[in-house]
Amino acid sequence: MSTRRIVGPFNRVEGDLEITLDIADGRVAAAYVNSPLYRGFEQILQGKVPADALVLVPRICGICSVAQSAASALALADAAGITPPPNGRLAANLTLAAENLADHLTHFYLFFMPDFARADYADRPWHAATVERFKATVGSAPNQVLPARARFMQMMGLLAGKWPHTLAVQPGGSTRPLQSSEIFRLHRRVREFRSFLEATTFGAKLEDVAAIASRSELDAWRALPGGGDLRGFLDIAADLGLWQLGRGTDRYLSYGCYQEQDRRLFPAGLWHNGPLALDIASIDEDISHAWYAATGRAQHPADGSTLPVAEKEGAYSWCKAPRVAGQVVETGALARQVVAGHALARDMVAAGGGSVAARVVARLLELALVLPAMERWLTELAPGDPWCITAQLADETSGVGLIEAARGSLGHWLTVRRGRIHNYQIIAPTTWNFSPRDVAGQPGALEQALAGLPASATEPLPAAIHHVVRSFDPCMVCTVH
Amino acid sequence: MNLLWLQSGGCGGCTLSWLGSEHGPLFRVLADEGVELLWHPSLSEACVDEAKALIEQCADGRTAVDVLCIEGALLRGPRGTGGFHRFGGAQPMIDWVRQIAARARHVVAIGSCSAWGGITAAGMNPTDACGLQYDGEAAGGLLGPEFRDPTGLPVINVAGCPPHPDWITETLAALAHDGLRPEHLDDYGRPRFFADQLVHHGCPRNEYYEFKASAFKHSDQGCLMEHMGCKGTQAHADCNQRLWNGEGSCLRGGYACIRCTDPGFEEPGHAFETTPKVAGIPLGLPADMPKAWFIALAALSKSATPARVRENATADHQLRAPSVKRGKK
Repeated sequence: MSTRRIVGPFNRVEGDLEITLDIADGRVAAAYVNSPLYRGFEQILQGKVPADALVLVPRICGICSVAQSAASALALADAAGITPPPNGRLAANLTLAAENLADHLTHFYLFFMPDFARADYADRPWHAATVERFKATVGSAPNQVLPARARFMQMMGLLAGKWPHTLAVQPGGSTRPLQSSEIFRLHRRVREFRSFLEATTFGAKLEDVAAIASRSELDAWRALPGGGDLRGFLDIAADLGLWQLGRGTDRYLSYGCYQEQDRRLFPAGLWHNGPLALDIASIDEDISHAWYAATGRAQHPADGSTLPVAEKEGAYSWCKAPRVAGQVVETGALARQVVAGHALARDMVAAGGGSVAARVVARLLELALVLPAMERWLTELAPGDPWCITAQLADETSGVGLIEAARGSLGHWLTVRRGRIHNYQIIAPTTWNFSPRDVAGQPGALEQALAGLPASATEPLPAAIHHVVRSFDPCMVCTVH
Repeated sequence: MNLLWLQSGGCGGCTLSWLGSEHGPLFRVLADEGVELLWHPSLSEACVDEAKALIEQCADGRTAVDVLCIEGALLRGPRGTGGFHRFGGAQPMIDWVRQIAARARHVVAIGSCSAWGGITAAGMNPTDACGLQYDGEAAGGLLGPEFRDPTGLPVINVAGCPPHPDWITETLAALAHDGLRPEHLDDYGRPRFFADQLVHHGCPRNEYYEFKASAFKHSDQGCLMEHMGCKGTQAHADCNQRLWNGEGSCLRGGYACIRCTDPGFEEPGHAFETTPKVAGIPLGLPADMPKAWFIALAALSKSATPARVRENATADHQLRAPSVKRGKK
């Protein structure tokens, strides 16, 4: 006999989240993840001039704003059959990278780590230091990180006018040509952020962090002097067993991101105990447990519909349930690095599958991997060469934009009829990770990761559940949109 | 002065903009100005049951709220139930907001969604979204046109999509110091310290504007008003004086001002990045400028445009530098 308990509002996630737990014998027998906010962007976009999508879609999400712009720009470029000039491509990489890295930093310092400062852990040897460092709003870390983050985000002022919600990211490139003095100032911001990360987050050179190739090397690195907040987290992870906590599906999706001349810095793919072919045509969205009018079967997003209904038998979320060939997948920095082939990422999931610790380490690893790429892209910019070409869209066309946001795979599917948006469907990273059940009854990735965790119907919610939920860095405003 | 921040039909971007504040550690700045964060959904430790209990206390009056900040539009749908956003269980967010707003000392709309409905009310407005005290340009919204807080202030509309971080912090600091009175708000309830400016003020494309040397495509350096949809000469904000993320603004980023601090900006009646015209004359003229004079001056200044300005306007980098004159004082 299980007891049902609704927990929410979860905070320090972007947007609104509630979870219903069925608890039996002191454990979570089943979890039902509810995204309780619906805004209807896919309905709002219908009938608009295609270029207006670039005003609307960034406003789906204030934290993944550029990623939404980038996916839309790619879909429009695909529909127009154009490719931006090299400067435009590099500016898009830099803008997306600045957002993704700032998001990783925000997640670690503002959203995730404060849970270890909770009174739940008052008996742990690391607790007092963690309270001083990470306690929400008053700890030394949030107050040190926000100014460093704001300095880094000055890159957005130069690259994109402002953040969030820019119109600089266009299908034909960037609206913001940069001259040598501006590139110099961008370079200073990147180098300043590198110094901050090396001194504060890692206590090590970025290249040394990026070169860690296995769990055992990571453990050896942890024992080295140098300090830094990652080592502090690894100590906590070892003490609390965060490497064994929150295993999901171990099936990882990445669309790949950061376009280089002839490839993406992180390639696209699917991984389950080894590489699998990723067939975008095999993606479907199931709405059997979501508050949308049923169409009878799961739909590919190019043919998808979004018709909200107030009541529906068996539905418990505004989030649809995307699947790849019918399978639940996990997406995010860990998935991206596993697919891309980073040795540490692959070793972390080979050892014990996905976990709270692996997801957090993968995010920090990306800080170390991407910032040097930003330094390189800045040197490749060529003032005087073109930054943007004009996209001419046919009246009848369609396009797909697939990109990696900080939180994972983001796809936009666009159909244009008579010069207007006929259909616009979006699958965001947390739509994958926090999906409800599908018609076959398969729980989503977080629902699987929560099952079996200790819980009680009456006691305060165990901290472990907070860690598992936030280890995905959920963005709920993107999830439903 | 304590502060309760709730989010509804929005993107969270106002909070993210706010976190980009450039006056040092935001949390310490707030404390220094006398603002105590009671709860914020992205920033506070208190979660689930603890957070719910706190918000219930704010709603029933056990905890007095000095400032209620709402980020995101208020979703009245479907069919008036508020069911598109339920919070802390079954209760619609609009009910929480009504209850707490009725008791709070001040109510602040953070961003254009909570001020007027904003982007969430665009298109067919599927969720019947509105602002706290406006529904687009019409007074009303969730709380009604007559709403006043106990000090006589209407909802304070820190509009923008998103608002500049300083607009938020400066408004809160003014409230903490009891320094905000009705005369400090404009006709739409926006703090006049930013709303009594035009985005045009301080635009670095000013020389191109003077000569009507216009951009025709993205990445051109010319003025964005004539062809690219820019409304900086009509939009109420100080974006080119109080810059964004260091040295940015929309116009500095090379794209149009879409008037995001004004009600109804989400449905301009034309493609955002295209200037609507009649007989070649832009429909939206600069604020307070008589049409006949605008036409006459535009014609005159176009005929007087220096070659340097004309050529640079349609290039993505400087083709001609200002000339250097020697031997003259």
